[in-house]
Amino acid sequence: MMNSIILNAATRLLVALLLLFSVYMLLRGHNLPGGGFIGGLIGSTGFILYAIAQGPTACRKALHFEPQNIAMIGLGTALAAGVYPVFFNDAFFTGQWWFIGDRASGDYIPISSVLVFDIGVYLVVFGAILTLVLALEDEV
Amino acid sequence: MELLVALMVGVLVAASVHLMLARNVLRFIFGLVLISNAANLTIFVSGRLTPESPPLIPEGATTPVADAANALPQALVLTAIVIGFGLFAFALTLVYRTYQNLGTLNSDEMRLAEPLESKPSAAKQVAEKQYIARDTTS
Amino acid sequence: MAEGGAEVPRLAGGPAGWVSVAIPTALFVWFAQFLPAVAAGQTPLIGFDWVPSMGIRLEMLIDGLSLTFALLITGIGTLVTLYTTSYLGKHPEYPRFVLYLMTFMVGMLGLVLADNLIALFVFWEVTTISSYLLIGFTSDSAKSRRSALQALLVTGTGGLALLAGMILLGQAAGTYSLAEIRQMGDAIRNHDHYIPILILFLAGAFTKSAQFPFHFWLPNAMAAPTPVSAYLHSATMVKGGVYLMARMNPTLGGTEPWFWALVIAGGFTTVFASVLAIRQTDVKQVLAYTTLMALGALTLFIGAGSSDAIKAAMIFLVVHSLYKAALFLMIGIVDHETGSREVADLRGLARKMPVTFLAGALAAISMAGIPPFFGFIGKEFLYKAGLEAETAQLWITGTIFAASVLMFVAAGIAVARPFLGRLPEKFKDVHEGPIAMWIGPFLLGALSLYFGIFSDIPEIWLVGPATDAVYGADVSVDLYLFREVNAAFILSMITFAVGFVLYLMHARIRDALAAIIQANPLKFDPGWDRTLDGVKALAEFQTRYLQSGVLTRYVFIIFATFAATTGFTLWAQDALNFQLDIAAELDGLLFKHWAVLVFITAGAILTALTRSRMTAIAALGVVGIGVALLFIMFSAPDVAITQLLVETLVVVLVAVAMLKLPHLGVRTSEPNRPVHAMLSIAVGTVTTLVLVAVLQTDLDLRLTEYFNATSYYEAFGSNIVNVILVDFRALDTFGEIAVVVIAALSAYALLRGTRYGAIREDDT
Repeated sequence: MMNSIILNAATRLLVALLLLFSVYMLLRGHNLPGGGFIGGLIGSTGFILYAIAQGPTACRKALHFEPQNIAMIGLGTALAAGVYPVFFNDAFFTGQWWFIGDRASGDYIPISSVLVFDIGVYLVVFGAILTLVLALEDEV
Repeated sequence: MELLVALMVGVLVAASVHLMLARNVLRFIFGLVLISNAANLTIFVSGRLTPESPPLIPEGATTPVADAANALPQALVLTAIVIGFGLFAFALTLVYRTYQNLGTLNSDEMRLAEPLESKPSAAKQVAEKQYIARDTTS
Repeated sequence: MAEGGAEVPRLAGGPAGWVSVAIPTALFVWFAQFLPAVAAGQTPLIGFDWVPSMGIRLEMLIDGLSLTFALLITGIGTLVTLYTTSYLGKHPEYPRFVLYLMTFMVGMLGLVLADNLIALFVFWEVTTISSYLLIGFTSDSAKSRRSALQALLVTGTGGLALLAGMILLGQAAGTYSLAEIRQMGDAIRNHDHYIPILILFLAGAFTKSAQFPFHFWLPNAMAAPTPVSAYLHSATMVKGGVYLMARMNPTLGGTEPWFWALVIAGGFTTVFASVLAIRQTDVKQVLAYTTLMALGALTLFIGAGSSDAIKAAMIFLVVHSLYKAALFLMIGIVDHETGSREVADLRGLARKMPVTFLAGALAAISMAGIPPFFGFIGKEFLYKAGLEAETAQLWITGTIFAASVLMFVAAGIAVARPFLGRLPEKFKDVHEGPIAMWIGPFLLGALSLYFGIFSDIPEIWLVGPATDAVYGADVSVDLYLFREVNAAFILSMITFAVGFVLYLMHARIRDALAAIIQANPLKFDPGWDRTLDGVKALAEFQTRYLQSGVLTRYVFIIFATFAATTGFTLWAQDALNFQLDIAAELDGLLFKHWAVLVFITAGAILTALTRSRMTAIAALGVVGIGVALLFIMFSAPDVAITQLLVETLVVVLVAVAMLKLPHLGVRTSEPNRPVHAMLSIAVGTVTTLVLVAVLQTDLDLRLTEYFNATSYYEAFGSNIVNVILVDFRALDTFGEIAVVVIAALSAYALLRGTRYGAIREDDT
């Protein structure tokens, strides 16, 4: 933990910004550089910053969930996205798509099992890295 | 450029092998980080280098431009980087914990599970012989 | 049946006992229903797909041979399990024993019924393993452990050879189905791989059926409880090898190598075992060696291969299974009641154990080959086949004559000796065994007599169809006790005369044999121990060198192997024939390219050479950032972002860990520094050469083109890298994130769970 007032004050803002940015990277990932891996990495850096500034205990509190649980939930989400198509007689991990709105005119919101899978990846990377870093921080 | 990168990968590998042959496990870990980088570059270069044309489909089009970069090695390398990080993190915690418990970073001194032993004692050999009760019929 | 009969038939052993008897009984009845169909010449095939992708189908092939075996397995199995309820029912480990025995039975049934070679192998191994567990059942005895291991290693090694042979055969035939393979005998016999296939199959069969020189494990296997000896090591499992040879006879048989291999090994085993049988003082060991002898005789006659020889082998197979199981069970009862199996001790037990005596006597008369028992018919046909053999007539007939004489003697030793004569004082209180025990040998002995008198019953239902199946064509089988005074009959009479004389003298012969054998320097059992010691020494030797426990040595071996094998492959494949276009390579290179290359190279060298921890970490960072820049320059934005973020995290982790770790310090005196440097350069060079060789080849872009073409239409994504990760190759990605989770949890467990007593107190 570092006792710097500026850092302490800045981290709260930075965590929020980084988290927001990471979700943005996650969601745009299918069409532009980004995705679950990158989003998860960015999101975790935010909380690592928080842990360095406020200490690992405060960081855990801010997370609300144990990071290893987040990772496991992510793995479960990814698996669910993979198993889901089986119920539609598709092979394991076949992407399922729905388009809300008019696809021809480009005015639509796509929702897909692929996105759910990417969210799973995001949570795994996010949770796994925080598990590691916080456990190591606890030691110091 | 590919050939020069190939040459550079050789240097990276040589440096990492040198580090991994050291008895100090911290150096071993540095070697591990270097060799993951070298491996990633190897995969990346094998798919050929294409400057300034990422494998993205432009707005309004349905396929990427004709000479876009090879997307397959990029996908492979991307996950390899993350997995390499996981491996590194685990190795680092292992070294960290080992140092706390054994008080050394020298791999030759880490003999908790397999202590250096001399030849099996005579008593042990006799016991082994007795273990095999022999019958001399045929 | 004075005392035994008065007992209410009640099973000891509880539910395990009931189940163990019920299963073989039910199976016996089930198999019996196939008898009419098989006798009529049909071969029912019952099956289902097991591993369809590899063409492995689990099919049961029921023909004369497999049905005969199946009935023996389940029939004798029923009697043996019934016997066991009494013999071992009060043993604390009895349920475990039943489990092993049932496993064995399933394995053995599978072995004789399997139509697919691979399935046959799997069941073959099941019998090997269950035999190991059963021999080692009294696991607190070192002798029984050793015997079990010996049986496992000998038969297991043979099993591996058999697997190799089966694969070769399957390749040669283009199918693994026995039913199909047996149709193409000529093609197999003329195939280039015939000799290797033959050798590998015989290695499997000879080890399983304990043929010389692999015979030594079988007598040792008698360390198992008596029901196991009766069931596995005389009636069923050891006949697995015989079954295999019989089964393969239409496919592999009829050639010179086949004939001589089987006739010589079988004949030698027969004579060798007969002599050793007389030498034993333990009745169970006498029986063990006569079993060896019988297996030898079966091998011999399958090898001889004429229709008469095959017929004789099939008759003898049934004859032997019946009387030998009965005799083993009988000596088990004697052992159970008196606590002794020594020929010298046992005497005059007939008065105390009349039913057991009766059962034993029936079996022994069949074994001695006295009419009107089934054993007599068996012997007559063996003689007939031997005398009419076209090749090696004298060898076959002589062998079988010696064996028959010695079987006569052994029958006397096993039954006449313990039961007749004056009862010694110490056996005064001995009484008859329980009905569950004597019913088995009694039925088997009675069956030996019944089959002898009504010989058309085994002829029609068992021997006839089995002979047809083994010979591969219809053979007329006509069993009879007596037709005319011919050469075989005269030989039988001589056998009785010589056998009787030898029986009277057997004690003296035994002692003389013992002296000769003692003097013989060639002993197989101690030789086995020396072989094992040798293997162990070799293992220790290579462990000392390859698994030294020194990390640097492991790393050295791994990298040296990599450099040597890869370098050699490059050279051998002529891949070093480069056409390097240096001008094109340097064309269009900008300053930024040079800068990145120099940065990375310098960073790597600095990391390797510096003594300072901070410098090493900083140099590593330079390499990481440099690599990220390279990714950006060459159109990999996703990879570059990931690399940058990971690089940041690496620095964070290292920084946190370094707070507690010591400096790299003065360079620890590294021995072999020049050698290490040379190896590093070698590995680096090989890597570069491989990469250059790869760059010389034409890139196969089919996958990339497929992804490019379908990314938008089928996966609705414009970032192809991401589409590959989360859609096209999502299963891979799932595996990879699972690895990440495992790595994180392992590190977490390591940090949280295992802080056992810090060694350096001042460090915390």
